[in-house]
Amino acid sequence: MPTKADVWQGTLALMVFKTLETMGPLHGYGIARRIEQTSGNLLSLNYGTLYPALLKLEQEGSITSEWGVSDNNRKAKFYKLTRAGRKQLEREAHDWEQATAILARFFAPGEEPL
Amino acid sequence: MRTLRSWMVRLGGLFGKKRREAEMTEELESHLEMHISDNVKAGMTPAQARREALLKLGGMELAKEAFRERSTLPFLEYLVMDCRFSVRQLRKTPFFACTAAVVLALGMCVSVAISAFVDAALIKPLPYADPARLVAVTESSPQFGRANLSYLDYKDWKRYSTAFRSFDVYTGSGFLFATTNGAEPVPAGNVSRWFFQTLGVAPFLGRDFSADGPREVMLSHQIWQNRFGGRDNVLGQPVALSGEVYTVVGVLPASFQFAPLGAAEFWTTINEKNDGCVTRRGCHNLDAVGRLNDGVTVKSALANLTAIAKQLELQYPDTNRNRRASILPLADEVTGDFIPILMVLMGGAGLLLLIACVNVSSLVLARSEARRQEMAVRVALGASFSRLCTQFVAEGVVVVLSASALGLLLASWAMQALKNLIPLEMMPRMPFLADLTLSGRVLVYAGAVSFLGVLLFSLTPALHLALSAKAFSQTRGGLMEGNRGSTGYGWRRLGSRLVVAELAIAMILLVGAGLFGKSLYRLLQVDLGFRADHLAMIEVAAPDSRYAKNEQNVALARDLVNQVKSLPGVQSVALTTIPPVSHNGSTAWIRFVGKPYDGTHIEVNERDVSSEYFTTLGAKLARGRFFTDAEDRSKPKVVIINQKLATKYFAGEDPIGRQIGDPKLTPKSLCTIIGVIEDIRDGALDSEIWPAQYHPFNQDTSTDFIMIARTSQKAESVLPTLGSAIHQLHPDVGSRGEETMQGRIDNSMTAYLHRSAAWLVGGFAAVALLLGIAGLYGVIAYSVSQRTREIGVRMALGAGHGSIYRMVMREAGWLAVAGVALGTAGSIAAGTVSRKLLFGVSSWDAPTLVGVAVALGIAAMMASFLPAKRAASVDPVEALRTE
Repeated sequence: MPTKADVWQGTLALMVFKTLETMGPLHGYGIARRIEQTSGNLLSLNYGTLYPALLKLEQEGSITSEWGVSDNNRKAKFYKLTRAGRKQLEREAHDWEQATAILARFFAPGEEPL
Repeated sequence: MRTLRSWMVRLGGLFGKKRREAEMTEELESHLEMHISDNVKAGMTPAQARREALLKLGGMELAKEAFRERSTLPFLEYLVMDCRFSVRQLRKTPFFACTAAVVLALGMCVSVAISAFVDAALIKPLPYADPARLVAVTESSPQFGRANLSYLDYKDWKRYSTAFRSFDVYTGSGFLFATTNGAEPVPAGNVSRWFFQTLGVAPFLGRDFSADGPREVMLSHQIWQNRFGGRDNVLGQPVALSGEVYTVVGVLPASFQFAPLGAAEFWTTINEKNDGCVTRRGCHNLDAVGRLNDGVTVKSALANLTAIAKQLELQYPDTNRNRRASILPLADEVTGDFIPILMVLMGGAGLLLLIACVNVSSLVLARSEARRQEMAVRVALGASFSRLCTQFVAEGVVVVLSASALGLLLASWAMQALKNLIPLEMMPRMPFLADLTLSGRVLVYAGAVSFLGVLLFSLTPALHLALSAKAFSQTRGGLMEGNRGSTGYGWRRLGSRLVVAELAIAMILLVGAGLFGKSLYRLLQVDLGFRADHLAMIEVAAPDSRYAKNEQNVALARDLVNQVKSLPGVQSVALTTIPPVSHNGSTAWIRFVGKPYDGTHIEVNERDVSSEYFTTLGAKLARGRFFTDAEDRSKPKVVIINQKLATKYFAGEDPIGRQIGDPKLTPKSLCTIIGVIEDIRDGALDSEIWPAQYHPFNQDTSTDFIMIARTSQKAESVLPTLGSAIHQLHPDVGSRGEETMQGRIDNSMTAYLHRSAAWLVGGFAAVALLLGIAGLYGVIAYSVSQRTREIGVRMALGAGHGSIYRMVMREAGWLAVAGVALGTAGSIAAGTVSRKLLFGVSSWDAPTLVGVAVALGIAAMMASFLPAKRAASVDPVEALRTE
């Protein structure tokens, strides 16, 4: 079994946003599982830290929550992106792509330093 | 933005905790269930599934705690908790809490109330458009400094000056207004055409004066309500004022105020054709208000006017010699008189606040000393220094908030009480006090004071905690009982210093009260040159239309004098155009026949008085004789001068029989000096005696005059009959302003300012003395309680009661001496700063200083006597056993 990586500081929000964007409204447990699945089970998420993070995003107005019923008929709190959250996702995704692209250049083979 | 939003939400999180807690539990429960059922599906046993799910969550309680911390602001939560805890703590020591809160509230009440006055008078802008650009303009003369302006000079200034956007003049006047009870004099303002536009005041109703508005009148809002029923149709109506018909064109807004003419009810324009004074350049009866052009300062405007004044001096040397311009911001003109006393009161209130703060900090200090053990226990249990400080802040917030609430409540009451102390007749001069409220600025000030209080309340024990490092590093020491002797010493020294400061401040305030009291006494004892008791007076105004001619006026005066004289209790009656104790002014330029004259103006007070004036007042004749009633226009003109004029201009000569005339010695102006009287105080109580000349009323009549009656019974008892007696005889003659001479003196502006300074500072001083002495008592009592064992040992070793008394009293004595020494220096400094307000007493007045020092010493000894007695009554056996 490969060693699992922890979630990097600050990237959890981005993962939550992206998850909610693709999946639509989802409860906390669903979000957690989805993130793990998407990472190909390489990420180990402490579920306990997810909830304060969700609360923080909600306080900042990026997501909202609503009580609803889950697939297997359980009462659960569903989170969904707000408009502000969508914008933030766009912005942060762009920033992230830029950052990874820059880093990628450093690791690209064959390119001589200037 | 997002951070701010989340902070707001978290702040809101302080409330509705229960619901949120339930929701959180439900969410986590549902999470667990889903996870468990997934695990079971994956093939785990239920127990295994549950364990795995909980593990993944990192423990239920931990998850909840992380959740909670995020949902609100933990430190605020702590603070709320601390505040609750503080309330409980303070309830356990109600005496401490109440004393601290009351002392602080008292200091706050006084300083907030006084600051409200300062705000209303000095900080709140005048209620005009762009008031900062308004200036008060007058002429200046060597004799007066600021002196009235003549209409012709005003016209020239206005024509040539470039400094003003607009420039207008005003003067006080009065009209006889016909009522059902006969004629009644009503104060009025006589202004130039654009006066209200210059101020930026628009009429509430109707319009302003028209360009060439003959006989137009504007009404004050008050008289419109009281006399015209507040009806709109008053506009365009004719009104008879002193027998002439004016048309009402407008009503001024209720909020309009103009302190220099505070009481004016009718406003008319200056009539260029009718008014005799308007055509004479030497007749000065106006003041001006101007609106400066953009970019023009008071200084440059003054330079501009001075240049014009110099030009006019060349052009009109007779009238304009040495006459220049004087400009002040309008606000200074309105409130200038009150600045010194307000500053003194603000200073006094500040000192009182300081003493209250010192008192509170020494209370807090004593308490932290008593809580040494409690603190040690908490440190031992793991409380951090900052956590303890939060606790102190919380206590400060609780006490100071309640003190502030109480202080503000008291202050809003005190403000109105102080305002009610101002005599009604003085209010027109202080229209800015009309809406005295706890304004935003005052509340900000109160907030700053509260903040200071909280700081004091939290810093003092924090400092105490930090300084007594012993208690911190060796918690064991703090936990033990026996080490009080050594650690108590540091606090005693600090406490003593605070008490010295308190006593010094109390001394400054006491000396201030003493100096102001003595000033007031000296002021009221000032030599008036006449007997002020048993004198009743009333202002009389007769319509010019019927009494303007000399013989009519003389006849009227005789009638009225005889009528008033026939009243029971009246001994003699006199007339004058200006009563004593008014003001230096209403002057004439004179010249002496047979003396060289270089053209410099000889300016003297001029009053027209009846033949019985001097005998009625009880003034003393130095030489010559008084007027007779027969001396009217048919007789040669005569004049009586005062001693000051005689010594100044007739040194070593006999003035009797010499002649005085106008600067050109016009034949018909010449009059012969027939008498010299001892100086009468024509001006304010604290101003100098000016040279004065008195003309016979019958030779120089006036339809506006003051009647003065000497009474055999109390002067007050005659007052109500004066007006009706005059009205009975001549219903068309108006009268107002009945007062006794003693009342006039007591209520004069000068006496009033001195009296309020004396009383208010006296009140501050009494409170300060109480606080200072209480502080001293506290320190000595504490010191005795700390030294019980020492005293017990001393007594066991044979020390007598006397020596114990001496020991305690000596300690108190040193503190008192130090306080008095510091206080003396402070008092002299404070007295020097406020010496402008003192009259007839110097700022280092030895009797006051010594008296206050002795009184303070006695009070201090009395305060320390109780603890000394307790010390001396210590039973050595008992004292040693308890330790």
